[in-house]
Amino acid sequence: MNLDTPAGPVLYLSGVTVSFDGFKALDSLSLIVEPGELRCIIGPNGAGKTTLMDVITGRTRPDSGEVQFGESHNLARLSEVEIARAGIGRKFQKPTIFRNHTVFENLDLALKTDKGVFPTLRARRTAAQEARIHEVLGLVGLRARSEVRADLLSHGEKQWLEIGMLLVQDPGLLLLDEPVAGMSDEETERTGELLRSLAGKHSLVVVEHDMHFVESIARKVTVLHEGRVLAEGTMEAIREDSRVVDVYLGR
Amino acid sequence: MNAASVAMAPTYAESPRTGGSLFPRKVWVLVLGIYGFLVIAVPVLHLVVPATSPLHLSDYAVTLTGKILCYATVALAMDLVWGYAGILSLGHGLFFALGGYAMGMYLMRAIGRDGVYGDPILPDFMVFLDWKELPWYWHGSEHFLHQALLVVLAPALLAFVFGWFAFRSRIRGVYFSIITQALTYAFMLLFFRNQTGFGGNNGFTDFKRILGFPLASPRVRVALLVLSATLLFSVLVACRALVLSKLGRVLSAIRDAEDRVRFCGYDPVGFKLFVWTLSAAICGIAGALYVPQVGIINPSEMSPANSVEIAIAVAVGGRGTLLGPILGAGLLHGAKSFLTVAFPELWLFVLGLSFIVVTRWLPRGVLGLLWREGKP
Repeated sequence: MNLDTPAGPVLYLSGVTVSFDGFKALDSLSLIVEPGELRCIIGPNGAGKTTLMDVITGRTRPDSGEVQFGESHNLARLSEVEIARAGIGRKFQKPTIFRNHTVFENLDLALKTDKGVFPTLRARRTAAQEARIHEVLGLVGLRARSEVRADLLSHGEKQWLEIGMLLVQDPGLLLLDEPVAGMSDEETERTGELLRSLAGKHSLVVVEHDMHFVESIARKVTVLHEGRVLAEGTMEAIREDSRVVDVYLGR
Repeated sequence: MNAASVAMAPTYAESPRTGGSLFPRKVWVLVLGIYGFLVIAVPVLHLVVPATSPLHLSDYAVTLTGKILCYATVALAMDLVWGYAGILSLGHGLFFALGGYAMGMYLMRAIGRDGVYGDPILPDFMVFLDWKELPWYWHGSEHFLHQALLVVLAPALLAFVFGWFAFRSRIRGVYFSIITQALTYAFMLLFFRNQTGFGGNNGFTDFKRILGFPLASPRVRVALLVLSATLLFSVLVACRALVLSKLGRVLSAIRDAEDRVRFCGYDPVGFKLFVWTLSAAICGIAGALYVPQVGIINPSEMSPANSVEIAIAVAVGGRGTLLGPILGAGLLHGAKSFLTVAFPELWLFVLGLSFIVVTRWLPRGVLGLLWREGKP
């Protein structure tokens, strides 16, 4: 919703290189995500998936290359907080939520609003904000759990809460690191439905190991290998690609 | 699985609810009752009831109560940063001492000609060191308001500058604690030097009067106690409002998952700096009320052990509960006053043991014992 130009890409990476002590975690990587797209990124361990997320969210600075969010945000220059405020939400692999707060309070804290110290001290929740929280509670299926302390949620519910916390920030781009890790089959299925329903309204980038899950949600898949894009296309095309089969899917 | 995760859950009180009250109504009634007792009954028992009556409160009891109220205020300020924002300071005694020194400077000047050397301007220790004039930073110290401002500004400014560097550099956890400990130790060494101009290892003492009233008079003693009780009560009310605000929820969120707070678009640095500076300013005011009651301030107030005691008081009472640290400070300093007189060699063992017991068996402190899962 806060895309600067609906026509241009949401995320544009070009020639991004990151090296740690000579090891190239990302090697001149280029990636374009279009508005409303649901992109899956797969690849073996060490392919650079997490480094890619770190570069987009400002945790790691690229040695070279261009990282652009919408028209006007050069992500290589912004801090983590500025990037979050610009509208990029990130879900970590291990659920990170505020465990001593209720589900409702977690969403309330994440809600898009002025997040300076003194505005926060004076903050009073408006009816519109309350409605937005309830809307997202419904979307992630936690309406009945609203007053439960987040610590007491099941693993799957925690993952959904974290996704909900991203959604109330009205992000232009959602980054999800292994959203179904550790979930039961039923939870995985519900998560897939949720992500499919979000695509179109939001742009999503999902890093995932679970191939069945990727198959069930992905329209376009990017395969990373040794810090580069090895292949990109539909799941069927990826499956046929002999290089991908060699390094990742196995025979 | 729920039972297991409750047992493993971090040992903080339930997070304050939106629009919640933090403590049940009857606890507030009790708190108000104690406050009322301190500001009405204690003055009567000390000033009106004759000394021969068994109900009479002695000078010692009044001063001890006043002292403990000051310690309790510091513990409350410490709970704000440790219990809520998760920042363990092992140097909070420094802020308390700085407030005390700022007030002590005024009290030294208020001695006037009644000092041993009878110098109308210079405090005794400066005459003794053969100084001819006041150092520049003593200018204005004869004015109560000037020093009252310093009571707040000196600790707040130091905390702000120190915090700005530490929080921006993302110094956290035990590293932060060790640096705060080093900071108070460094200041102690600085204040021990005669050349620093704060009376060296003797510090300030032999105060005579405050705002023209003699410090030895029972009325002044009672007035200081009433002020201390009022400070503690006001800080409690303010802290409660703070932790129940959205800012309070952001603070405990920083304690529990700082990364997520950052990815939610809050900059933790500003929030930590706010609560850290506020806490230091509260400690300064408590120190300023403490010094006229005990009649002395010296660099030993900045010793690391004093700061550790503050942390132990908070842990014993119960972190993140506001009332717990007040209770903890009362228990700890009550026990200290008794033990250091009756069994001086036992005190440090009791202090250490209480920390072990609380850490091992009472993660929510004494208050957690009395107050299980929201049921007082």
